[in-house]
Amino acid sequence: MNRLISPATPDRAAKVGLWASAVLSMAILLFILGYIVIEGISVVNIPFLLGSPVLSGAKGGILPAIVGTICLMAVTLSSAVPIGVGAAIYLAEYASDSVVTRTITFGVECLAGVPSIVIGLFGYAFLVIYLGFGFSILSGGLALMAMALPWIVRTSEEAIKAVPLTVREGSLALGATKWQTVSRVVLPSAIPGIVTGAILGIGKAIGEAAVLMFTAGSSLLMPSSLFDPVRALPYHIYILASEGISNPMAYGSSIVLLAMVLAINLGAIAIQAHYGRHYGRN
Amino acid sequence: MLAKTREKIIETVLFLSAATAITIVLLILIFLLKEGLPILMKVGVIDFCLGMTWNPIAIAGEPEYGIFPMIMGSIYVAIGSLILAVPLGLACAVFLAEIAPAWARFSLKHAIELLVGIPSVVLGFVGLVLLVPFVRDHFGGCGFSILAGSIVLAVMALPRIISVSDDAIRSVPRAYKEASLALGATHWYTIKKVILPSARSGIIAAVILAMGNSIGETMAVLMVVGSVACLPSPLYDVLDPVRPMTSNIAIEMSYATGDHAQALFATGIVLFVMVGMMTWLSHKVLKSKMGTAR
Repeated sequence: MNRLISPATPDRAAKVGLWASAVLSMAILLFILGYIVIEGISVVNIPFLLGSPVLSGAKGGILPAIVGTICLMAVTLSSAVPIGVGAAIYLAEYASDSVVTRTITFGVECLAGVPSIVIGLFGYAFLVIYLGFGFSILSGGLALMAMALPWIVRTSEEAIKAVPLTVREGSLALGATKWQTVSRVVLPSAIPGIVTGAILGIGKAIGEAAVLMFTAGSSLLMPSSLFDPVRALPYHIYILASEGISNPMAYGSSIVLLAMVLAINLGAIAIQAHYGRHYGRN
Repeated sequence: MLAKTREKIIETVLFLSAATAITIVLLILIFLLKEGLPILMKVGVIDFCLGMTWNPIAIAGEPEYGIFPMIMGSIYVAIGSLILAVPLGLACAVFLAEIAPAWARFSLKHAIELLVGIPSVVLGFVGLVLLVPFVRDHFGGCGFSILAGSIVLAVMALPRIISVSDDAIRSVPRAYKEASLALGATHWYTIKKVILPSARSGIIAAVILAMGNSIGETMAVLMVVGSVACLPSPLYDVLDPVRPMTSNIAIEMSYATGDHAQALFATGIVLFVMVGMMTWLSHKVLKSKMGTAR
């Protein structure tokens, strides 16, 4: 035996290293979340959540920003979900493998890769100026739609494709038309997956301050219509922090934004858990 | 007959929704070009991309539009983030796929999902209040730096690298691993010599995609890199501030007019092309994997 180091030694060392890296990643996450919560929790109270900002946000509350953020989400949801699910149905049920289909899929991939600031520029040039929507909830929500759409198409397509072929064949054999089969048989089975995808898509889009700063405006007033400008929470946090208005308020707003995103994600997890692995999605 | 017409109409509507994504991409291209092309023509593509001076509001003399320092700024922070995130991310992916017990896998997976969910502006804010002073006190410089930008971007890139690499590692056929173990190799030796090489193309695709995302990221970077539109001097000084292309657009768009605004759209075109190339490249790498026997 002239081997000085047993092969088990590097094996053990590597495993320690891998465990350490996993622990480090967890630690980074917990540290970020913990830091924000510890610094900001004292700010978050009822007057903060339900009050109007005073002195450009240095004092007072953030209700207009919360309402604005929710309105933006509503516009994004109501535009991205029908289009995204429609696209997913087409890709999963109707499309054959042709040049057209490949172009469509390529378009979805492309859109997913467009940087958020470029979507912001486009929203500014197209929605705000060209279509004349101005800085408004409508412009901001539609620009966010472009961010959420690829995600919704992909997850919905997966959910629809996971419905077993036999279910469709059974329906078609009973004499149902293609659309009857899709709308009454396939879609109901795929709904949990679709809803989860839509919720997660919105959760991803809503944090995109880079899109909203050029499209939704930065008004701190309560919006009264779709054409009013709003300052969404992420952009509010950016302004509070980068212009040095108030760090405590920025922590507080971050907690609220994180709580909204977390609630959205938990909602998605709950829906998945409730409907279970209906058709063996992983 | 009526039913047939209805089916046809529905199919058309679905087709139109499916075509929305590519329509939006085309609209983005059209509007970027419409706004940005005039200035690109005026300055010249080469001079615009390789020009060293960005001086859009000249007090005396002609304004200058050169974005080379910003292209480099984007590349600096993106590569910096990869240097930090790839080793850690890869180690986490190997941990998840190969040695994690069920409870650890479950918690790390959910932690990663949470990390993806943190809005970039929140990460940028934490970077601004914690990382920037930390870099200033412990490494020197003003704190707003390539280093700070790279660290924030690394935190953003980490979950993506982990989950895509995890998928790539788990898709390596079980038989490879079993054959290696049966030959008497240790688990680590198997990971190093059999599993990682087989998952190589998936991992490379993940890294390229992460680079594209880092180049395209705005808010997080904007708050910590200092936004000085110059190359660092000396060129390897990671404690110097830079201004990536995304920051340039975000900072100046609110007050830019005329040629200046057009130059920002042109910056957007360059950004779009660079990120598009990264996306395309990562798909190419993944495709090449599909071609080989698995």
